[in-house]
Formats: sequence, C-alpha cells, structure tokens
Amino acid sequence: MIVIDMPGYLQVVVATFLLFGALVALIGSWGLAKLPDFYTRLHGPTKASTLGVGCILIGSLIYFSHQHHGVSVQEALVTIFLFATAPVSAHMMGKAALRRRLPGVARTRNMPDLSEK
Amino acid sequence: MITVITIAMTLFAIAALLNLYRLAVGPDIVDRILALDTLMINSIALIVLADMRMGLGVLFELALLIALMGFVSTVAMSKYLLRGDVIE
Repeated sequence: MIVIDMPGYLQVVVATFLLFGALVALIGSWGLAKLPDFYTRLHGPTKASTLGVGCILIGSLIYFSHQHHGVSVQEALVTIFLFATAPVSAHMMGKAALRRRLPGVARTRNMPDLSEK
Repeated sequence: MITVITIAMTLFAIAALLNLYRLAVGPDIVDRILALDTLMINSIALIVLADMRMGLGVLFELALLIALMGFVSTVAMSKYLLRGDVIE
C-alpha cells in the first residue's frame, strides 16, 4: 500500500477535485447514454467530460507537484492539450452530423432545413 | 486518499460502461464516433487515477499519447464523413 505523506488541507483539496471531476464525468456519460437525439447528446460528453477530466488532472497536478517537490509540467501539458482539442473535435462531429442530415427531436427550434436537395 | 481514488475510478468505470452501451446501440455512425471520443477521454482520466493509485508518476506519457491519438482519429473520421476523403 502506498503511504501518502501530505498535509491534511492538501488531501482535502485533492480529494474534492477528484470526486467532483468523477461525478461530473459520470453525469456527462449518463447524458450520452440517455438523451434522445444526437444534437443533445453532443452537449453532455463534450462539456462534462472536459470539466470532469480537467478537475481530475488539476487534482493530480497538485498531488504530483507535492510528491516530486516541484511543478509537474506533464500534467499541465495533458490538461492544456485536452482543453484545446475537445472543442475542435466536438465541432467536427457536429458538422459531420449536419452533413449526414441526422433528424433532431420534434420540438427543436430553428432547426436547419435537412431535406435532400 | 486511496479510498477516494478507488471511488473515482469506480465512477469512471461506470461512465466507460455507459459509453460502451452508446457505442453498441447508437443508431448512426456519428454517435459511435462520439462514444469512442468520450471513451478515450474517460480512459485518460482512468490512466491518471491509476498512476496516482500506484504512486508511480510515469504514466503521463501514456495519457498524452492516448489524448493525441483520440483527437486525431476523431477528426479524421469526422472529416471522412464530411468530405468523403480525409486529405483532399
């Protein structure tokens, strides 16, 4: 078993980050499994997973910065990469869905014209 | 702290199972791409949590590599669906 020697307030901060991030990511994946439409399904994982995994990475950055007696740069690198690339991939998937002319739910307002040309 | 990391890994495992459900069920191919992208992001978090659990501090390169490969593959598949070609 790993012995963790951290002061108590740092343990509380890291545990809060980890639990909040895991809960947010679970809510996002649950929305991905539950919601009825692709355009609504796109909202859950992109935002919730970015926030949740971002909180996990921030908590691990605090943890490893304390363990290694310095700033752990690799954690910050993963975080910055994830925050920069998740909106790009979400935008590309949305464009692909509009190109496939996927139907939305009936009560969607301002839906673009998806009829075949 | 070990208990908190275990609970967080359990929640991420449930999230990965929900992503696998959407990957199997999803009516269109774009849903499956979205489920794979979310599964990649959740596996990044699982790798980081396993690294904290074992106290290694050496698995960040794996997380960075999986983030890179997930982003590139998602963009490539979406581009293929948009244009019928990845690189025109």
